[in-house]
Amino acid sequence: MAQADAQMPDTALEPILRVEHLTMRFGGLVAVNELSFEVARGQITALIGPNGAGKTTVFNCITGFYKPTSGRIAMFAGTPQTDAAIDALTNSPNTHAHTANGGVYLLERMADSEISSKAKVARTFQNIRLFTGMTVLENLIVAQHNWLNLASGYSVLGLVGAPSFRKAERQAIDLAVAWLDRIGLTDRADDPAGALPYGDQRRLEIARAMCTGPELLCLDEPAAGLNPRESSELNKLLMSIRDGNGTSLLLIEHDMSVVMEISDHIVVLEYGTKISDGTPDFIKNDPKVIAAYLGVEDEEFDDAEAELEK
Amino acid sequence: MDYFLQQLINGLTLGSVYGLIAIGYTMVYGIIGMINFAHGDVFMLSVFIALILFLMISALFGGLAIAFALLLVLIIAMALTALWSWAIERVAYKPLRGSFRLAPLISAIGMSIFLINFVQLVQGPRNKSIPPILDGGFLIPIGSGDITLSYKQILIVVTTAVLLAAFWYVVQKTSLGRAQRACEQDRKMAALLGIDVDRTISLTFVMGAALAAVAGVLFMVQYGVVNFSDGFVPGIKAFTAAVLGGIGSLPGAVIGGLLIGLIEVYWSAYFSIDYKDVAAFSILAITLIFMPSGLFGKPDVEKV
Repeated sequence: MAQADAQMPDTALEPILRVEHLTMRFGGLVAVNELSFEVARGQITALIGPNGAGKTTVFNCITGFYKPTSGRIAMFAGTPQTDAAIDALTNSPNTHAHTANGGVYLLERMADSEISSKAKVARTFQNIRLFTGMTVLENLIVAQHNWLNLASGYSVLGLVGAPSFRKAERQAIDLAVAWLDRIGLTDRADDPAGALPYGDQRRLEIARAMCTGPELLCLDEPAAGLNPRESSELNKLLMSIRDGNGTSLLLIEHDMSVVMEISDHIVVLEYGTKISDGTPDFIKNDPKVIAAYLGVEDEEFDDAEAELEK
Repeated sequence: MDYFLQQLINGLTLGSVYGLIAIGYTMVYGIIGMINFAHGDVFMLSVFIALILFLMISALFGGLAIAFALLLVLIIAMALTALWSWAIERVAYKPLRGSFRLAPLISAIGMSIFLINFVQLVQGPRNKSIPPILDGGFLIPIGSGDITLSYKQILIVVTTAVLLAAFWYVVQKTSLGRAQRACEQDRKMAALLGIDVDRTISLTFVMGAALAAVAGVLFMVQYGVVNFSDGFVPGIKAFTAAVLGGIGSLPGAVIGGLLIGLIEVYWSAYFSIDYKDVAAFSILAITLIFMPSGLFGKPDVEKV
């Protein structure tokens, strides 16, 4: 899968998310400009770039925090749809379309809770946003609210103690406990989430996002503030999510040891524009990326520019 | 001693009603940071609903046992008041969700004026009453005298305790309650986990109104008379109770309600009945000076 010199991702891979001509303006500032990229199903895709490149803005557009100024963000369920089907949906007033073998969701038209519950996209934030007053276990159960609420008849059955509610509750707890085992926090289950150390909170946040049952998990700087040991644990966790749960990942990360080790595909942004897109090996050696990241000395500038013009 | 205990019983009874109303204030504040000034009038509306229902039921099925009739009144009044509250939220607050903080507050004041005038128009300005029910009680000899524990007081305290337990269960143990607590802490994040925040907020109004309706039915049983302006003072008292307990805190609302009830009753009993409201509100002022976040409230931490 890791062809060293492929600039474009392997087209044989199925996309799960397709971002096309995404533009986001804030007043006169263009935060994201005509950005197009794809996230392949079953892969870890990293979105990198210098500070202020617009990475988090892209995330905010994908997860419904912002309505993009223009562009299309299509999320696929099941087998990818034909372009004709996507265009037909785009021309209709609907937010999503189902077919026999899958569906398309136009995320830019959907509200944030629908993006999670219908399109199956979950995300975490740069700053941790756990429900600090709730217990560790409750944080994982509240993420299963959607089906649990249906199963408990909007809590009415819960009030009368119906067996179906108890069963659903037990299933939710089982899933939560399984995740606690996986992130090694079983013994902290009943502590308030705010009392956990920072690294544990990060992993709990990822587990909570996974408890919503996402097809695509978007992580905004999951390794920020982690020490090397925690960071390598995180790598293992993310790879096990990709391989074990079959969830595709899109992550923003500055820690290159994380990015290069686990990513299958990297998209590089600078000033809201895509400057490179490819495998980690390709990105590592791309002079445009090096110039964007390291800056270039005066004498090297001409070289770099010459390289760019090739 | 017997006098003191008698006032204790009276105070707890009154406090239960305040506590039930206070929960509506505190929950709505917890989840959207808004003081629902129309809540007292929703309570008044629920007393009217209960009164009309009770008269209808006793007219239609005269022979029905009083306990069964009251249970029926309670359930239907809770449902109808909840429906009212849902409609009020839909019309007056939901469209202002993304607006500046004071907008829903002003809308709530408007809604309060609307409800008062609406009830005055359709029910007339005079007191409406039902024949006295559930008279009598137990006489418990204590020391030199007796204390009276009326059936009404028992009904009020038991109903309050049962409904608070059910309510506590919903908030702590069901998915709806978890969603409410999640929305209270971080609405955006809750939405990202697939929680329908708008619906959760609507249900919070509905639950608060249902508890206000319980208070309304109990008010009807206790006093048997209601007037279109009867929402204001209990509403303000319950709001005081919520602030005293620490607004946003559910146990705080109940304990605040009981405290306000006790303060009011003891002040009336030992000092001057004319100044009972002054006493209740002075305690509020003193609490706020020394404990700005109330008895159980969390200090308001600015989010960075």
